[in-house]
Amino acid sequence: MKIPSLATIARTFAVGSIVLLSGCKHLEVLDPKGWVGMQEKNLLLIATGLMLLVIIPVIIMTIVFAWRYRAGNTKATYAPRWAHSTAIEVVVWAIPCVIIAILATLTWTSTHELDPYKPLESSVKPIKIDVVAMDWKWLFIYPDYNIATVNQIAFPVGTPVDFRITSESVMNSFFIPQLGSQVYAMSGMQTQLHLIADVAGTYDGISANYSGAGFSGMRFKAIATTQQGFDDWVAKVRAANNPLTQQAYAALAKPSEANPVAYFSSTPPSMFEYVLNSQMAKIAGVTSPVCTPTSQNLVASAE
Amino acid sequence: MFGKLTLESVPYHEPIVMGTFAAVALGGILLLGTITYFGKWKYLWTEWFTTVDHKRIGVMYIVVALVMLLRGFADAIMMRSQLAIANNDHAGFLPPHHYDQVFTAHGVIMIFFMAMPFMTGLVNVVVPLQIGARDVAYPFLNSLSFWLFCTGVVLVMLSLFVGQFATTGWLAYPPLSELKYSPNTGVDYYIWALQLSGLGTTLSGINFVVTILRMRAPGMSLMKMPVFTWTALVTNVLVVAAFPILAVTLALLTADRYLGMHFFTNSGGGNAMMYINLIWVWGHPEVYILVLPAFGAFSEIVSTFSKKPLFGYKSMVYATACIGVMSFVVWLHHFFTMGSGANVNAFFGIATMIISIPTGVKIFNWLFTMYRGRIEMTAPMYWTLGFIVTFVIGGMTGVMLAIPGADFLLHNSLFLVAHFHNVIIGGVLFGYVAAMMYWFPKAFGFKLNERLGKASFWCWLVGFWMAFLPLYVVGLKGMTRRMNHYDNPEWHPWLILAWFGAVIIAAGIFFLVLQIVVSIKDREKNMDLTGDPWGGRSLEWSIASPAPFYNFAHVPHVDHLEQFWEDKEAGRAYKQPTHYEDIHMPRNTADGVFIGGIFGTILGFALIWHIWWLAIVGFLGMIGTFIRRSYNRNTDYYVPAKEVEAIENARYRQLQQVA
Repeated sequence: MKIPSLATIARTFAVGSIVLLSGCKHLEVLDPKGWVGMQEKNLLLIATGLMLLVIIPVIIMTIVFAWRYRAGNTKATYAPRWAHSTAIEVVVWAIPCVIIAILATLTWTSTHELDPYKPLESSVKPIKIDVVAMDWKWLFIYPDYNIATVNQIAFPVGTPVDFRITSESVMNSFFIPQLGSQVYAMSGMQTQLHLIADVAGTYDGISANYSGAGFSGMRFKAIATTQQGFDDWVAKVRAANNPLTQQAYAALAKPSEANPVAYFSSTPPSMFEYVLNSQMAKIAGVTSPVCTPTSQNLVASAE
Repeated sequence: MFGKLTLESVPYHEPIVMGTFAAVALGGILLLGTITYFGKWKYLWTEWFTTVDHKRIGVMYIVVALVMLLRGFADAIMMRSQLAIANNDHAGFLPPHHYDQVFTAHGVIMIFFMAMPFMTGLVNVVVPLQIGARDVAYPFLNSLSFWLFCTGVVLVMLSLFVGQFATTGWLAYPPLSELKYSPNTGVDYYIWALQLSGLGTTLSGINFVVTILRMRAPGMSLMKMPVFTWTALVTNVLVVAAFPILAVTLALLTADRYLGMHFFTNSGGGNAMMYINLIWVWGHPEVYILVLPAFGAFSEIVSTFSKKPLFGYKSMVYATACIGVMSFVVWLHHFFTMGSGANVNAFFGIATMIISIPTGVKIFNWLFTMYRGRIEMTAPMYWTLGFIVTFVIGGMTGVMLAIPGADFLLHNSLFLVAHFHNVIIGGVLFGYVAAMMYWFPKAFGFKLNERLGKASFWCWLVGFWMAFLPLYVVGLKGMTRRMNHYDNPEWHPWLILAWFGAVIIAAGIFFLVLQIVVSIKDREKNMDLTGDPWGGRSLEWSIASPAPFYNFAHVPHVDHLEQFWEDKEAGRAYKQPTHYEDIHMPRNTADGVFIGGIFGTILGFALIWHIWWLAIVGFLGMIGTFIRRSYNRNTDYYVPAKEVEAIENARYRQLQQVA
């Protein structure tokens, strides 16, 4: 992104081709609503443009050479023994080397910049959401609010969201296409993701890693709204009068498909740690804590 | 007594499966009946099933590959049909349980039982002829490899009608593939089909590495090897290096499922990330195992039909070797989203891009081979040009996916699906079909019908783009892979378009089959009497078509990269030798059929269904046959010089008639 002229050319190429390709229809992934998605979209377009600088001439050369040197065209030069040219060899090695050198630089910087684990720079205090992938729904826990939901999240626009992600069963991938990066959800392990929405709206969220029979219905909505809208939403969840007890959690963990949105008015403290640690305890071969998840001691012993 | 196998294991209640079963049974009975009616069993058994002739083994590999192409495509069109229907309120005709098996089987079959045997078949037919050898280094092992591979085919096909196939996706990621989440025998079918056929592939890899390194005609240094042989060498080195990793990975999963171990489970110290790493340490080289021989075939085809030597032969060889080495340091790009640090992700992303450098060089070299040539627009050449145009786009989307930041958006989407079909259809399949049309006369003595070959090409090319361009688009619209139902109305028209694309591909397959049938029927019109139908440049074109069973009456001496071309130019070609010698040849054997085809299948089936006594029978049968084989001293014979002379005299008479 430090080479504006090249980048501009590249972007022109890429946008042109993608518009052609899509017939101007709405492409969610290329219509990001947050900083992360925006960076990734630009990266995608710049890379595409850079490569098209080589790809388009290659396609043209293929067609031109095949036509010009067809057997029927006896006017074209025929060099039956010509099979080596140091000059051409140098050029054909050099061109891809140069393009890849530029792309590699771009890759190195962008990969560090867009590392999903890296907190986003913002003056606004981030909001924390913990994510648990289950067969086949998403459980979201708001540790700072002690509430939880199924298949729906909300957060204020312009506020970084810090996700901690794990899985109760098999591997899934947590993905809100219009906000940017996805990251795997894996049992007994915690992954992290930092996203932000710059535009208010309700965005589709999916699992992007096949996880079994109910996978297609494993979708959720991400609502980016005003601070007021978010506070109202939290109040609505709190009003559900439906605490996430251990029994409720156990029932939720059983396989079920196409679950409707559900609100849990309260959760025990450190709910996410409990889920993570009980899976970790299983992995370590330690008997998993059987009492209520409220017991911090059991969580500690599982570690 | 029968382990997990009960009468309920047969899916009577699934009309699609039962319909398929009826069709397969009817077709099978018809085929067997026809063979019996014409009394061809003895011929098939002595001349084909028990053969150790690399050319015939190669042909059998390709026949099986084409049959499995039909099966894999049937799966593909079912998926496309499901997704063209299953929008919003429509559930489609495939419930998840069935749909998930279909996409798993499609991937497994197309890679392991279509592309792999097609590749092995081509290498079998072509390589010994190109290097002036009379057979491969280990002819019996070659037959055994083929029959072990057939075991895998039989098991995968059987899973349709007895029990079910895996519902895990083609790489069977745990913990989903563990007993807890996949308790039925689907994953077991997967494990044993791959394990047994993978053993065959590994043995075949060893065989060809040794063949190419040790059995080249005198004078043929490594840098005088035809480029297809070079790609075959690198591919088989990769096979030898990579397939044991697959075997170990599957063995660990087997230990989890059969012995209650915890390598990849969610409990007891397991970690699924290990499996995902291991399987891709095999899986990424596998991609190059498939595509390198296709590159080799394109190189031969471009050079032959441009009537010029390959431009930049040395570059091509180094590029091939470079791709082979690099293919082992890029596996992590299949899961940038697993949460590795930025340094790790960036390393693997950049390593992946570096592979596109030698690949790009190859493409330029093909272009400059055409440059100042006299290009004959034959069917293989059509496929080659279609390949270049298609493959560069697939390569571009591949590099897009190799940038971790971009991959975070595109990972597992239909954009990814479109990308790998772009390179596997546009690269691997186009290459193998072109190679089949190019070398067909050498195996059978007549050419394939050109018009139907071109018709097939146009259908494949147009069908491919119509089927997969929409998938690129819906990928960018946020559609992830392996969904069997969706409710986004914007995806619907694109998926209907993709369905039409698949139908055009079906027409391409139809023309491909029709081409073979028509060409066999009209073979008298397309006879290759000289053995050199295209004006070839390497040794395989210097002998008769079809190649005699001993390949070369006299092992040629090689002084040039394009020996046969130089011989023709210097007027040295087609000179009949004055005398002949006895030729040492391996004897046909049924041991491969017994070890691989029969006892191997019994072992695999018994292990899948936990029928332990039967597994012991199968295992002892394999070992027993192997021991018996070890004591068999009657494994070779000499073809008398007189017989060779008679065959060669007939060939030279024919050559004189043509002249």
